[in-house]
Amino acid sequence: MDNVELLSRIQFAFTIAFHYIYPPLSIGLGVCLVIMEGLYLKTKDKVYEELTRFWVRIFALIFGIGVATGIVMEFEFGTNWATYSRYVGDIFGSALAAEGIFAFALESAFLGILLFGWNKVSPRVHFMATILVALGSIFSALWIVVANSWQQTPSGYRIEGTGMQARAIVTDFWAMVFNPSSVERYSHVLIGALLAGSFLVLSVSAWYILKKKYLVHAEAAFRIALWVAAISALGQLFTGSKSAEVVTKYQPAKLAAMEGHFEKSAPGDMYLIGWVNAKEQKTTGLKIPGGLSFLVHHDVNAPIPGLNSIKPENRPTAVNFVFQTYHLMISIGMLLIGLTLLGLYLLYRKKLFQTRWLMSVFVFSVLLPQIGNQVGWYTAEVGRQPWVVYGLLRTSDALSQAVKAEHVLASLIMFTFIYVMLFVLFLYLLNKKIQHGPDVISDDETSSRMNPSLSSLISE
Amino acid sequence: MDTVLGIDLPTWWFLLIGALISGYGILDGFDLGAGALHLFFRKEQSRRIALNAIGPVWDGNEVWLVIGAGSLFAAFPLVYGTILSVFYLPFMLFLVAIIFRGISIEFRSKEKMKWWHQLWDISYCVSSTVISLLLGLVLGNLIQGIPLNANHEFVGRLRDFFNPYAILIAVTVLSLFMMHGAMYLLMKTEDRLYAKLTIIANNTSKFFILCFMATSMATLIYVPHMTAIFKAYPELFALGIAAVLIVLNIRRSIEKRQYRRGFISSSVTTALLLILFAMGLYPNLVLSNIDPKGSISIYEAASSDGSLRTMLLFAAIGMPLVATYTVFMFWTFRGKVKLEEHSY
Repeated sequence: MDNVELLSRIQFAFTIAFHYIYPPLSIGLGVCLVIMEGLYLKTKDKVYEELTRFWVRIFALIFGIGVATGIVMEFEFGTNWATYSRYVGDIFGSALAAEGIFAFALESAFLGILLFGWNKVSPRVHFMATILVALGSIFSALWIVVANSWQQTPSGYRIEGTGMQARAIVTDFWAMVFNPSSVERYSHVLIGALLAGSFLVLSVSAWYILKKKYLVHAEAAFRIALWVAAISALGQLFTGSKSAEVVTKYQPAKLAAMEGHFEKSAPGDMYLIGWVNAKEQKTTGLKIPGGLSFLVHHDVNAPIPGLNSIKPENRPTAVNFVFQTYHLMISIGMLLIGLTLLGLYLLYRKKLFQTRWLMSVFVFSVLLPQIGNQVGWYTAEVGRQPWVVYGLLRTSDALSQAVKAEHVLASLIMFTFIYVMLFVLFLYLLNKKIQHGPDVISDDETSSRMNPSLSSLISE
Repeated sequence: MDTVLGIDLPTWWFLLIGALISGYGILDGFDLGAGALHLFFRKEQSRRIALNAIGPVWDGNEVWLVIGAGSLFAAFPLVYGTILSVFYLPFMLFLVAIIFRGISIEFRSKEKMKWWHQLWDISYCVSSTVISLLLGLVLGNLIQGIPLNANHEFVGRLRDFFNPYAILIAVTVLSLFMMHGAMYLLMKTEDRLYAKLTIIANNTSKFFILCFMATSMATLIYVPHMTAIFKAYPELFALGIAAVLIVLNIRRSIEKRQYRRGFISSSVTTALLLILFAMGLYPNLVLSNIDPKGSISIYEAASSDGSLRTMLLFAAIGMPLVATYTVFMFWTFRGKVKLEEHSY
């Protein structure tokens, strides 16, 4: 691996990992905002209006950084990966352009109304803007995940030209969009985003409840977010197992790396935790024998092709890394299911907000979906190596010919510096907004008057 | 070759991307210009009004850059990769400026300390200026052509980009945006700030006209290939005359204090200058100044006909939608800026 490749990969991984903190938060928070503002319009309860206004301010902060760091991603394809851009322009480029036209334009235009339109448009039009911003962010993710999924499981194309002049040409647009992994990967990513956003609301609300501040607002927000989180956490179990089936079928090398499975063809075990020694081709840990075979083939004896059945030059090199990130993602997923179900149970028993230890857990739980999204992304992307387009184009062949290592190093140092600064500022301002809390315009009497029919609907 | 309404698909995309870049120049042009003028406003109140004049719309304006770049990637991937990798460091600097500009607008109002406001004011002004200059620098080099060998590989050096002609174009773009931004702000402000802006609009428009004349002369003398098309089709010279008349009309509007008219004129100027550039370029997208074979034409760079056709359909559906959102936004926030609780 030469320096330009290594540095470009580090730069891309770093910038995308940083960017990937924010869009999932905006998507999940956007959905929570739609529910909060919808409840306000339905019940006319000021608490929901104040909640919406409070969370819109946090949404704006997250969205702003998401856009700024997202533009970087779009340009990096051309600056650092010019050969890749030429190879997949026909396909990846059209998905990216569609994202701009159909999604990004929608969310950016109506964000202005969401933020500044409170006194300029009627509450209904404002609510419509909130829905459109949320939809825009959901569509955005759709096109980006479609483009990425095509890299994982290419279809609907043919290759024109040979060697460095080769490029992929769309032959069937909808086969390209609905390639074999699009639906599974998109639903998995989208639910990951709902978890990220709803757990932010849960965390902040739990903190208010512990501090006995803004109790009415915090409990209302907690209930909304808990439902979103619980349904999402359970749904993730389903989309996760669907994704594993797709990987089994189309990316056997990635699947083998995910479970550290080396034998040419044997039933695959499922590890709960473990360690892969790639040199000795040994995986040790706590395992369910035949568990992987059962998960993906519903048969404990079904053979799974291991890494040794794949040509050495086509195997992912960082097997232990893929194994660890994959298992961390699963553990977090299980933890989130347990946490949200326990929350719902206690909500039903009317003890939730008095269970202080659980509230403390929820305060810190905001990190879990974030880590889950990050490691899930690493599993998908590192597991795909050494291919940038699976089976078609190697990462090492995808680089820009005109770029020098020292230029990439300079830009990498610059991005590291700026992103660290940006992250510190983000945390500082987020904390400040949380400390400030919602602006309570309604008096105590009204704010304690939750709509009776509604509170019975969502218990407690 | 596939045609739609008698025009081949790569040409359609050449026109469409030209339109997107013009839209970007006109829309983000005024908020970049407003940013570049920011430090001329001394009072805290004035700075807040100026910032809130672009507050609800700048994000939507930047979308045109994202769509323009995405379309270039999709329609002409060879050119996308070539331009961005050849201008690697300028584009990296451009991205940094984009990040700083976005967060300056977002972060400025979040603290009350004076130094905090000043810090983000400077960051906002400098990044807006740098973005405008870099856009002009890249444009200036693309007008002259860049050293690409017969295999479209770049054989030049980074410092060659900082040549006098490119720097002149960079300054011209900045002066155009500043004048454009001043007229936008004049439509959105009143009282003291308005009075100050009348002076700024007057000065920036004079500065722009100087730059415009210098650029025209330099292009006629040093970049003859840009004017070759006028020799082949003398009737197109009318466009050049139109550009001069429109520029004069900007001055006339400013003298008569008809700033809305002036703003429309500077919008048209932006589009006309880009049309003149596109005419000199067509059917190439990137010119090589060392080997004509190194130039990249739209036909060489284009994606497949199938892909271009699908995306043309997308554009036909999507662009009217984008235009509708844009109009709806500007209509919602029409009139003079009033500071309120949600303001920056």
